[in-house]
Amino acid sequence: MADVNTVTNISVQKIWSILGEVCDPEVPVLSVIDLGIIREVKVTTANEAALVEVVITPTYSGCPAMDVIRMNIRMELLQHDYKNVQITTVLSPAWTTDWMTEAGKEKLKAYGIAPPNIKQQVCNTHLFAEDEAVQCPHCNSYNTRRISEFGSTACKSLHQCNDCQEPFDYFKCH
Amino acid sequence: MTKDILYNYTMHLADNALILAQRNSEWCGHGPVLEQDIAITNISLDLIGQARSLYQYAAELINAPSPSIGGGRGEATEDSLAYLRDVRQYKNCLLVEQPNGDWAQTILRQFFFSTYQYLLYQQLQKSTDDTLAAIAEKSLKEVTYHVRWSSEWVVRLGDGTPESHGRLENALEELWMYTGELFAPATYEAEAVTAGFGVEVSALKAAWEQKVNEIFGEATLPDAAAGGREGIYMQTGGKEGVHSEQLGYILAELQYMQRAYPGAEW
Repeated sequence: MADVNTVTNISVQKIWSILGEVCDPEVPVLSVIDLGIIREVKVTTANEAALVEVVITPTYSGCPAMDVIRMNIRMELLQHDYKNVQITTVLSPAWTTDWMTEAGKEKLKAYGIAPPNIKQQVCNTHLFAEDEAVQCPHCNSYNTRRISEFGSTACKSLHQCNDCQEPFDYFKCH
Repeated sequence: MTKDILYNYTMHLADNALILAQRNSEWCGHGPVLEQDIAITNISLDLIGQARSLYQYAAELINAPSPSIGGGRGEATEDSLAYLRDVRQYKNCLLVEQPNGDWAQTILRQFFFSTYQYLLYQQLQKSTDDTLAAIAEKSLKEVTYHVRWSSEWVVRLGDGTPESHGRLENALEELWMYTGELFAPATYEAEAVTAGFGVEVSALKAAWEQKVNEIFGEATLPDAAAGGREGIYMQTGGKEGVHSEQLGYILAELQYMQRAYPGAEW
């Protein structure tokens, strides 16, 4: 029994490292692990063939990238010879931007997208979001303004820096 | 029996989300400015996502063996539920099927509905049904942005120019009569409360009016229920399948492909 557990643990770690290669199709600098949408990886062995279950959670209910992500996870695992893959979606506890890794936030900023502020700061129904200071990913100024609540995807809003004048996307707190 | 109630209740929530999403998506490519075109269609996308989760759950319920709702209908899917039901089977409230009108009318419809949906999902998170609770928890975060965005636009239009203020007042005249239905429980909503998984919508009314009046105050509009609107006759029936003439046109467009080319995929 102990041996079986050890083998399974090694497989689970291997799956995690493979998942690190699967990127978000809309924000290609982020892996699905950076994004924080992988909840659990389970590997069970039946008749010498490994059954891999990957439990994921959507960022936004209507995010069109989720279907692509599911497919990409399957393809990536197939390439590593895991043919028996089950992808399960869970909704609760709901994903928040706090699930995003620190490494992921740094990658976002380097890519020119302002990473999400900590969740406690916003995410309320208050008008005009006066308190939210979003840092410009280009010149690091906090002297920025929101142009639009919704940006190129549901998870982003559009901002502009008052100092360097560059417009930029903000991965909004959710 | 409980499963019938749960099915009807879930379909009602799903239809609300789908029909408003379909309405909002009519703005795609026609928004007043690019950013707001993107905003309204992003809100559509959120609502379609919520509708999908709810239809998937309803399909699970309908496919599970049950003599009263399952028998002989074959495999239900989220698509069959959205594309292959007729007007009388839709359980959305009348508010969400009303025409887009001008930008003010679209904004006010969104503000009325999102404020309601926000309060509803807050309570539904505590539902004894785990799936509904999870969908509500997930959706609430999205609806929070919808409330904020639509509130800001109500203020902008109301406190803007005489033209925008006037348009918002016209929208209020058009839409107010459809707000009462939100808080008048349909049969399955009352049964869902008794069964323990539903939200008592009548109990949301006070908080809804308070939020509406708070935003109307900012927008220099009179209280929602004042100005000749006290005791106005409230239209109902949508939640029980008795719709305005609008829904048929919406479904004609929404369902055209599946009706003309059954099973088409792309």
